[in-house]
Amino acid sequence: MSDATAPTQPIEVRFRGGGFAPKARRWVGLFVFVLLIGITEIGTRQGWISSLTLPKPSDVLATFGELWESGLLFKHLLPSLSRLAVGAAIGASIGIAVGIMIGLFSYVRAGMVPLVAAIFPIPKIALLPLFVIWFGIDEASKYALIAFGTFTPTVVATYGAVDNVDRSLIRMGQSFGLSWLSIVRKIVLPGAMPGILSGLRISLAIAIILLVAAEMLGAEYGIGAYILEAGSLYDLERLFAGVVILSLLGVILSTVIGFIERRLLGWRA
Amino acid sequence: MDIRLDAISHSYGDTEVLRDISLDIPNGKIVCLVGPSGCGKSTLLRLIGGLERASKGRVLQLGNPPEGCLNPLTYVFQDFALLPWRSVQGNISLVLEDHGINGAQADAIIADVLARTKLSDFSKALPRQLSGGMKQRVAIARALAVKPAVMLMDEPLSALDSQTRELLMDDLVALWTRQSFTAAYVTHNLAEAVRLGHRIVVLSRRPGEVHEIVEIDMPLAQRSHGNAKLEQTQKHLWDMMRDEARAADEELLDV
Ligand SMILES: Nc1ncnc2c1ncn2[C@@H]1O[C@H](COP(=O)(O)OP(=O)(O)O)[C@@H](O)[C@H]1O
Ligand SMILES: [Mg+2]
Repeated sequence: MSDATAPTQPIEVRFRGGGFAPKARRWVGLFVFVLLIGITEIGTRQGWISSLTLPKPSDVLATFGELWESGLLFKHLLPSLSRLAVGAAIGASIGIAVGIMIGLFSYVRAGMVPLVAAIFPIPKIALLPLFVIWFGIDEASKYALIAFGTFTPTVVATYGAVDNVDRSLIRMGQSFGLSWLSIVRKIVLPGAMPGILSGLRISLAIAIILLVAAEMLGAEYGIGAYILEAGSLYDLERLFAGVVILSLLGVILSTVIGFIERRLLGWRA
Repeated sequence: MDIRLDAISHSYGDTEVLRDISLDIPNGKIVCLVGPSGCGKSTLLRLIGGLERASKGRVLQLGNPPEGCLNPLTYVFQDFALLPWRSVQGNISLVLEDHGINGAQADAIIADVLARTKLSDFSKALPRQLSGGMKQRVAIARALAVKPAVMLMDEPLSALDSQTRELLMDDLVALWTRQSFTAAYVTHNLAEAVRLGHRIVVLSRRPGEVHEIVEIDMPLAQRSHGNAKLEQTQKHLWDMMRDEARAADEELLDV
């Protein structure tokens, strides 16, 4: 603009937009897994990773095969899955219900928010003995632990999501004379669904952690019991086989939620 | 059905927003409310539709709503207020479901209002796929679906660009000419007011009082863009509002 500087070559404007919009890159995740496992396999075979540090991935796979063939896999997996399903379903559904009530009613909010804040930071595992006294050593105490652990993060995510529902849409519903129930069902719930589902991702991961904790403290069968037994024998292959099952469980649950999100939240795009 | 505002005053805490507003919204006419921003136009509309209670005064319905009217006082909002997770069709059926209208009966109403707003080809589209003008037409179709006695329109065209606004004004005129509806139409755009209003109510700056009421007799269909007589009325309105608007602007700076 000023003529003080000598005319220079035109410079192309540097691109500085883009980014901040993650896209679906299907195979990258798989590639990372394969790479890490591949490095470990090579390392343990060549000896620069000592067999005391990490088991050979191929040995873990073999252990997995044995588990499968002996039928032990399902003997451990099925009780774990049913504990997870029952506990998480109870915790998440009560959590969503309470979260919505907190989002809708002033008195529930005033009463429950401090309570939830008080129980959120308690490590739920510490309460297992209490649950054993209340619900017995059997399944019920495990359900209760998992449910309790899933409950708090679900509540917090749900009422946050309800708070974020566009008020102008609710006003619209009222102005067309929709009933209270219709407004909750057709406007508040769908509007809160994105937040509820992302809360569920966290709650379900916590549920898996608590499942293992509960099974370590008292169960004959279950992934947690299997891992505990392997660990006490320093049987790294079996320990890792158990850990891999947990990781797979986590990946599967996260995929299922992703699928639900695509089904229910297609409108966001 | 007519609407009568009987000495409405309203305050939010210590802020007096509206003072002693009395006016009639006669059946089959469009009454435009204009005034500087912040003078309480939206508040007044919320009071008329029963979304808020006036501190003083009453809003009266004179006469009965027409046959088959599901929701006598129906809003069209500036930000459209469409549910993003429902299709065009679903957004309209939303307001019918609660009145027990489903299936073929609902489909017939939806087809009718979509035809009247020229949206028949878009019944399956989601709001995010529509342009601003089309979204507002969906909102108008939704309002028509409940056969309102009075439409309460809060700056329905303000979120749109000026070309789209012109087109939609034409659409509203055509809609009214085919089947006259009653409306309280809030705007800060005087061109819109002289184009659509049978009666224009000018409010003063906050606290909003009725400053003047201007009647325009010319039929809506004859009011074209750039009509000399309308330009004159618009200038008169602007002269009246300019000082109010400037004063209102400076008052906000004081706060
Ligand atoms: N819910 C509310 N609580 C407090 N003050 C409000 C509320 N709604 C509007 N106001 C105030 O009332 C005045 C009029 O607002 P509004 O009716 O939106 O004006 P307009 O639509 O004419 O621009 C403004 O000063 C605004 O700040
Ligand atoms: Mg306004």
